[in-house]
Order: sequence, then structure tokens, then C-alpha cells
Amino acid sequence: MLASLDRVLVVLPAWNEQEALPGVLAELRETVPDADVLVVNDGSTDHTSTVARAAGVAVLDLPINLGVGGAMRAGYSYALRRGYDGVIQLDADGQHDPRNIADLLATMRREKADIVIGARFAGTGTYQARGPRRWAMRGLSAVLSRLTGSRLTDTTSGFKLSGPRAVRLFATNYPAEYLGDTIESLVIAHRAGLTVRQTGVSMRPRAGGEPSHSPVKAAVFLLRAGLALVVALTRPRTAVPGEAVR
Amino acid sequence: MSGYGFALGLSALTLVVLLWLLRARRLREKYAAIWIVLAVSIVVLGAFPGLVFGLARFVGVETPANLLFASSLVVLLLVCIQLSTELSGLEEETRTLAEEHALLARRVDVLEAAAAAGRDGVDLSDNGAAPPSA
Repeated sequence: MLASLDRVLVVLPAWNEQEALPGVLAELRETVPDADVLVVNDGSTDHTSTVARAAGVAVLDLPINLGVGGAMRAGYSYALRRGYDGVIQLDADGQHDPRNIADLLATMRREKADIVIGARFAGTGTYQARGPRRWAMRGLSAVLSRLTGSRLTDTTSGFKLSGPRAVRLFATNYPAEYLGDTIESLVIAHRAGLTVRQTGVSMRPRAGGEPSHSPVKAAVFLLRAGLALVVALTRPRTAVPGEAVR
Repeated sequence: MSGYGFALGLSALTLVVLLWLLRARRLREKYAAIWIVLAVSIVVLGAFPGLVFGLARFVGVETPANLLFASSLVVLLLVCIQLSTELSGLEEETRTLAEEHALLARRVDVLEAAAAAGRDGVDLSDNGAAPPSA
């Protein structure tokens, strides 16, 4: 499906990531020197845009903070207009290892998938979640696995490879809602007839900040994730532009 | 002065303010519609209070005033929902504009860099506005 890396764009949505971004970009240059990189500066108030430009990568400066969904839709639009076949979404905080990009591409080719998720719970690495957050993630995985007919263990991962059809779909249809960039986008993709698969990736501690372990926040996450899933499943279908609704 | 006269005056005033806002284009018709319907119906009810009693009997509400309170609550709720949907639409439009803005800014960056480098023999340093002289 995707022959090589030079038709693939690595998109990093970045909001106030001036500390971690240079390291991530340097690592990308080292591991995938042929891939084009786009940093979508999501209305940062720090020097995210400056450090990205200094590293010599393409930068989209969103004038206001839109969240990951908005930043990624801009990235997909850019990829579509510039004729890229695939988009790799990678977090700018350094928690994803660029060395796994090759695994994502290999899985896409092997499974003829339109979307490959880099899953944190699929055996590689040591990422753990506990309490309500874990239940929420388990529940989401169960529902989405059933829906897509493929085992998905980490549906909220921000490490994803999208093929040509997914890029066309997401350039016009990528929700800005809470969890829209993960759960709802997978539902939209599946209902447009795209194939979703996953491959295990290793997780690293984030370069800055720690994920929250407050049970209240986890419970709120559980509720919002449930709502996002119900809304996504009851919305009308959207088709990949240029294709008929199935 | 009767309470009805007071209500009538207030509704008429609301109606005039709405029409004035519409004329001055400070209020779009789609937002004014529900308020105009409301003001007109209050004017009618103020002029013919017997209607409320008849209506209350018809829908089975014992105290006519309660019917008025309940229906005004419903109208306010509908207006709030309408405003929320319009706000969501606005946010989506803002989002699209912000994305397009970023994409265009990137193109300008690239074009400016190319112009500065004088690539393709095209000199865009005067914004490309002046046609090449013969």
C-alpha cells in the first residue's frame, strides 16, 4: 500500500512543547531521515514555533488553540494538498519512539490496513494505567475491537499511521471534540469502510509533566469517554470524499 | 393602571426594540424570530386576558398564571438551546478559519523564501503586483 517513507508526512501536534520538541525532532531526523516532518503549533504561548523552525521542519501556526483534533485536521489537510499518501501522528512530548514508525508501516503493508494504531498495551514497553481510567480504556477497547473486528488494546493512543484513504477522510472530517481525535475518529473511519489495525509500541515517560492519577479525574474521563463513544456511534455515517456511503 | 395595561406596554416596548435592532442590522432575523413571536403573543394576551383563562382550562392547568410561567420557561429553554447550537456552529467555523489561516501562512512562508532565493527566476519581492515591464 505504502511503498516508502518519502510519501509519508510525520505530523506532530504541539502545544507549548518548546522543551521536548527539539529532542523529538532530532530523534526523527536520526531514525527516519527521509520522512518529511510537519509541526502543527496549536496556538502555543511559548517558543514552540521558533524551535521547530530552527530545526528546519515545516510549521503550521494555528492562531488559536484548537486542541489535538483541530491541529491534526490542519495536518491532514496539509498532507492532502501537498500530495502525501500517509500521515504519522506522533506526540511532541517525546513519549512515542520514532523507531516504531517502521513497525507501523510494516503492519499497514502486511495487514492492508488504512489506519494502524501504535498501541501501548500490546506487550511492548511498560505503560500502566489504574482504576477508573483503566476500566474506561478496557471498555473502549472492548467496544471498538468488536466494532472494527480487530483486537485494539489502546484506542486513546496518539501514535497513529493513516493511509491515503484515511488522509482523504480526515482532511475534511476530524472531530475537535474531547477524545474526538482518538475514539470518534476511529468510529468515523470504521463506518466509512476503513480497516483499523494495531501494532505494539514502547512507551517512554513524557519529557515534561506526569500523567494524572487522580481518581476523580479518571472517573470524569470514564464518563466523557462513554459519552463520546455513544455520540460517535449514533451519528450519521460519513464517506471518504469521492466514495459512496456504504 | 391595570396590570394588563402594564404588561401590554412592556410587550409593545420589547417589540419596538427588537424591530429597531433588526433595522439597525444589530440582530439577525433568525435570532429575533422567537422573541418577536413571544412579544406579539404577550401583546395579544395582554389585550385579551380572557384567552389565558380559556387556554388554561383547555390544557388542564388550574391557575392561568402557572400556564404563563411554565410556557415562558419553555420559551427561554428553547432560546438557550438555539444559542448553544449557533455557538457550536460558530466554533466550528472559527476552527476551519484558523486551520485555513495556518495553511495559507505556511504557503506565504514558502513563497517568500522562494522569492528571497530568487528561485525560478521569479522576483516576488514587490508582492508580484507589478507586471513585468516590456
